[in-house]
Amino acid sequence: MRVGVFICHCGNNIAGTVDVAKVAEETRKLPGVVYATTYMYTCSEPGQEEIKKAIKNENLDRVVVSACSPRMHELTFRRTVEKAGLNRYFFEMANIREHVSWIGENKELNTNKAIEAVRMAVEKVKQNKPLYSSSFKINKRVLVIGGGVAGMQAALDCADGGLEVLLVEKSPSVGGMMARLDKTFPTIDCSICILGPKMVDVAQHDKIKLYAYSEIDEIKGYVGNYQIKIRKKATYVDWTKCTGCGTCMEKCPSKNSYDHFNFGVAPTRAINIPFPQAIPKKAKIDPDYCRQFVKGKCGVCAKVCPTKAIDYEMQDEVITEEVGAIIVSTGYSLIDIERLPEYGGGRYPDVITGIQYERILNASGPTSGHIVRPSDHVEPKTVVFVACAGSRDKSIGIPYCSNFCCMYIAKQAILTKDHVPDSQSYVFYMDIRSPGKGYDEFTRRAQEEYGVKYIRGRVSRIYPKGNKMIVKGADTLLGTQVEVEADLVVLGTAVISNSDAGHMAEKLHISYDTFGFYVESHPKLRPVETNTSGVFLAGACQGPKDIPASVCQGSAAASKVQALFSKDMLESDPAVAKVNINACVGCLKCVKTCPFQAIKEKELRDGRVVADVIETVCAGCGVCTSTCPCGAIQLQHFTDNQLLAEVNAICLT
Amino acid sequence: MIEREYAYYSGCSLEGTASEYDASMRAVLKELDVNFREPDDWSCCGSTPAHTVNHVFAAALAARNLALVEKIGLNTIITPCPSCMMAFKKAQHGMTKSESFKNEVNELLDEPYECGVESKSALQVMYEDIGLDAVSQRVTHALPGLKVAPYYGCILNRPPEVAKFDDPENPISMDKILLSAGVEVSDFAFKLECCGAAFGVVKREMVNQLTYKVLSMALDSGANCIAVACPLCQQNLDLRQGQVNSTTGSSFNIPILYFTQIIGLTYGLSPKALGMDKLIVSAEQIIRSRVTVEEMKKRTESEAQVKAKKPEKKTVIEEAKPEENE
Repeated sequence: MRVGVFICHCGNNIAGTVDVAKVAEETRKLPGVVYATTYMYTCSEPGQEEIKKAIKNENLDRVVVSACSPRMHELTFRRTVEKAGLNRYFFEMANIREHVSWIGENKELNTNKAIEAVRMAVEKVKQNKPLYSSSFKINKRVLVIGGGVAGMQAALDCADGGLEVLLVEKSPSVGGMMARLDKTFPTIDCSICILGPKMVDVAQHDKIKLYAYSEIDEIKGYVGNYQIKIRKKATYVDWTKCTGCGTCMEKCPSKNSYDHFNFGVAPTRAINIPFPQAIPKKAKIDPDYCRQFVKGKCGVCAKVCPTKAIDYEMQDEVITEEVGAIIVSTGYSLIDIERLPEYGGGRYPDVITGIQYERILNASGPTSGHIVRPSDHVEPKTVVFVACAGSRDKSIGIPYCSNFCCMYIAKQAILTKDHVPDSQSYVFYMDIRSPGKGYDEFTRRAQEEYGVKYIRGRVSRIYPKGNKMIVKGADTLLGTQVEVEADLVVLGTAVISNSDAGHMAEKLHISYDTFGFYVESHPKLRPVETNTSGVFLAGACQGPKDIPASVCQGSAAASKVQALFSKDMLESDPAVAKVNINACVGCLKCVKTCPFQAIKEKELRDGRVVADVIETVCAGCGVCTSTCPCGAIQLQHFTDNQLLAEVNAICLT
Repeated sequence: MIEREYAYYSGCSLEGTASEYDASMRAVLKELDVNFREPDDWSCCGSTPAHTVNHVFAAALAARNLALVEKIGLNTIITPCPSCMMAFKKAQHGMTKSESFKNEVNELLDEPYECGVESKSALQVMYEDIGLDAVSQRVTHALPGLKVAPYYGCILNRPPEVAKFDDPENPISMDKILLSAGVEVSDFAFKLECCGAAFGVVKREMVNQLTYKVLSMALDSGANCIAVACPLCQQNLDLRQGQVNSTTGSSFNIPILYFTQIIGLTYGLSPKALGMDKLIVSAEQIIRSRVTVEEMKKRTESEAQVKAKKPEKKTVIEEAKPEENE
């Protein structure tokens, strides 16, 4: 056995706090090691050439690179050794950067730890066996979860590339948050005018199958071969018959239903089409408010419907679909105003949220675009905007910036002046965050051309006085307290993840952070990938994001899917569980514990029952190996013997 | 109600300027069958001056009293004064959180404090332990025409991680307690606004401005009385109301009652026992308006009859007013 070890300086990242020359020297003493050297940047092209040369000249049959995390460069080096003619599994990585040099300052201790890490890797690589991938066919259909602007962009890009797309949207219409906006910054172009055509494209594209008012029940399978259960929620209206004429909505006697689309700015009917441009433009009954459901009698909509589309007995329908990749674009939610008691916590009707104001500004909104305040429907002359309402506030567990509030507040202040020329707007802010293209000019315009008064400071309290709302806060530039008598207060409420984001992540086997936002594979270099291959991210489900960024991610995720689907076959990872049928006693405990349903029972020719791993489904988690009472099921590349060799290397020497 | 025994720490204010808080508190707790014992030889809680100088010293002053409570075998102390309560809660918070802080504090004490005493405001005891049902059961009298602005002051439930009671931005415990005693409360936006606290001595003008805001907001909310739970708030709003009037040219005449005094009135206790005569702004009108619950019922019934006879709304309101003022 001829092991070669390459110890990387990583510039000063490793060599700064680890004596790499000493590590190499000590490594040379290890049995089986015939070659050990250091290199400035092993991952660079000349660095990789060094490895190839050494394999040839020194006749190496095993390679260890002692550098950064295998998550960073394991694949890089596996390819390198493969090019030099070795099996890619005759390679190990010792992480002496994240595990050693970055976390300790004592050079001597670091060096000792690095030597131990290398020793472990050497002992492991000596136990390694050649493994070979098998290839499997992939299903070139893609599932997009969430039909906001990011999801629609992803769906359209995939479909235009010739892929079949399933777009599943939770609410009755696609469009997401963007469909609710009035104008968009920094160009003040009408939101639905630019989004509407995209929505129509989604509906009309022959490669896109739209499941509106549907949710994902279950996801099974693996990259290239997913089985999805989609729940089409009961709308109580047969959408194959509904023409979207709106007669039912006009005649519905239940006039106080909560309007989810308008964020409760005004009530809607129990049977409704959310907005005029809705795609699909179909009616849906809200059973929480419908008299037929609440009181058991009414039936007005069934009587007036010209196509007899109403069906009070409708049940949810579960449909199974198969896809090869998934794009998650489930979007975001906004913090409940009740969590902001200092701003009234929802007690004052004239303290509203930014998205509610957006609906008031919108020509197709409940006030037909006339700015009036909710309490008395009078046009406000003084409007106060409170930025960071909940954002950057550790005390309520939201330490992060919500990304786009500064910009939409500037936009809403400009629009307020446009709608009500004799009005005056105030903005309480912490910092103005406007780093996008044309963004800073835009916030300056709000101040300089539209006379919006920006006050740097936090608002401590909002309370009513007569028919005014008093906004009390600090002006930290003047170092004084200020009170503004407002007719209307708009809170730039914090962006939060959807309440069911965690559940969705668990269905997808992807990770999410403390705040419920999905975690990308690498914050800079793999921004739309997840650590689960075949699952990609787009839009604000990954973190607060404005429209341009969401669209970018939608397109990026689509291009990743296209790249994945450019091959007809995918290679499976051979580091999966394998059953030694001679040792297996057929207890089938592994079948029960496998979280991926990757193990099934198999009857041998002699009638004996043993466990059998479905290679393509196995994710290589190793739960089965620790469950097996007789060590019959082993995770390839992480077998008991390989791990024990590592443990012995650190404990017995 | 479950029999509970509490320790009771009146503190210096309740022996002096706020003796009516003490008297009404004891009377109301007695009515609610709350047993309480006072630790012997209690000393200053430390209040504001101590913690502005040294946190260990401040905690030691508080912990000495808590150790006395531990000694008499009780684990909860009713502390009517929010300043005392906060001194106790802070000491408890600091000493349970950090072993080294606890050791430092205990070094200053003759007998170590083992952190076994929870201090609660009277509001917290009534709201959480006694319960609103029990509070309302004892009510015998009504206070027609009275509308109270509940004023909590700044430190009763803040900072939240130390106070661990009610909402730090919009507390509701006093509102609920008064409502359950049949007293009408107003939607008062300045529940937590600063009264000026001890600055009444050094910066009288500033405190007058702050109290002016609280008083006028109470009037704006439709209240004709303010309920307080803090001796210092009471002093700034009641004792200084005349000063406010002379510095700001206003003419406030709003009685500032401890919430226990209001509860006591609804329990039919004598004004003397509740220390009503100690108030600067007279609460005579509230006392005189008091009627029994039965009498109140009769009154509302007859009012309803008058309303039924005269359907025009305007005249009903005019009729009702003189009745209220009788």
